[in-house]
Amino acid sequence: MEHNDSITTQEPAISSKLQTFGQGAMVSLPLILAALPFAIVYGALGEALNMSFWTVIAISMFVFAGASQFIALNLMAIGAQHPIIIFTVFLVNLRHTLYAMTLMPHFKSCNFWQKLTLGFSLTDETFAVVVNQTTKSTSHIGWFYAGSALLMYINWIVWSAVGFAVGAQFPQLQDYGLDVAMVVAFTGIVVVSLKTTSHWLCMIAAGISAVFTIDWPYQTGLLFSTFFAIAVGVISCRFQKKDSEILNEVSIND
Amino acid sequence: MTDIVLIAAMAIVTFIPRYLPLALSERIRLPVLLQECLQFVPVAVLSVIIVQSAFFQQGELHLSGENPYLWATLVAFVLARIQSSMLLTIVSGMVVFALCKWFLM
Repeated sequence: MEHNDSITTQEPAISSKLQTFGQGAMVSLPLILAALPFAIVYGALGEALNMSFWTVIAISMFVFAGASQFIALNLMAIGAQHPIIIFTVFLVNLRHTLYAMTLMPHFKSCNFWQKLTLGFSLTDETFAVVVNQTTKSTSHIGWFYAGSALLMYINWIVWSAVGFAVGAQFPQLQDYGLDVAMVVAFTGIVVVSLKTTSHWLCMIAAGISAVFTIDWPYQTGLLFSTFFAIAVGVISCRFQKKDSEILNEVSIND
Repeated sequence: MTDIVLIAAMAIVTFIPRYLPLALSERIRLPVLLQECLQFVPVAVLSVIIVQSAFFQQGELHLSGENPYLWATLVAFVLARIQSSMLLTIVSGMVVFALCKWFLM
């Protein structure tokens, strides 16, 4: 009897983990589609810049951070100093710290190796689907994350390789505007995140600041605009709270 | 050989910012203000990336009907507002982009 009980409690636990893993992968499928042309263009760029196949693929395997890989290839091709390349990659990827901090509370219970894997595979896309998922359910969220991240990882490496292989056939591949897939995917993610007036103000502030800071070196405009937009969001949020508090007081006084 | 060192260094400086907050998650509790800030992260970061990719061409601000990225972004924005399929949003945006490129060039 006891034996039976332990089986019935364990099996659903394992299958629901797998289910959540699959769910994470499923939800990420549209973003896979968006990242695919991006990866092809990356591989093709590597080929066009006369990089070796394994350099291009190793960057995809070990750095695994889209935008920074493009910048790294371009800097390597012009023979930039290594410290400059490394520093630029660092700055471009610094936004991931904000992602990891946002996800922190949900992954406290993970062990060392799980955290190592989650950290390594953190991308814009996986972050977006996981944050969205946490507003619905946080059960087995690590498995959900893993499903999304593993699919993104395999997709990124495979299509980088394909891009390198076809790059020679389509020499101007990066001029086709294949990066639009990423832009529209990010637009979809932003729209889903527009929950309050403060989020709208944050988006508008980010857009305006982005226009004025695009010329800043080493993507510092991206970082500055991000912090500026967050500040606008938080301040407007506080003002709204104050307004509603005043309203509450008025209604209490009445 | 130098490529291997460079790639390893890039991997490390990318990994540390991603991993550090997770590593410290048991030891640190984020202050309330910081938590408030973090809820704006997706909108803030992605909006900047969208504007800097879609509104600019060859480093020049390109806010006209001849910029196919603008039409794709606009269509994706509207579609994402009125329905919930991410796939439909992305595919429609890409189709609109292709059509604009086709007709505007």
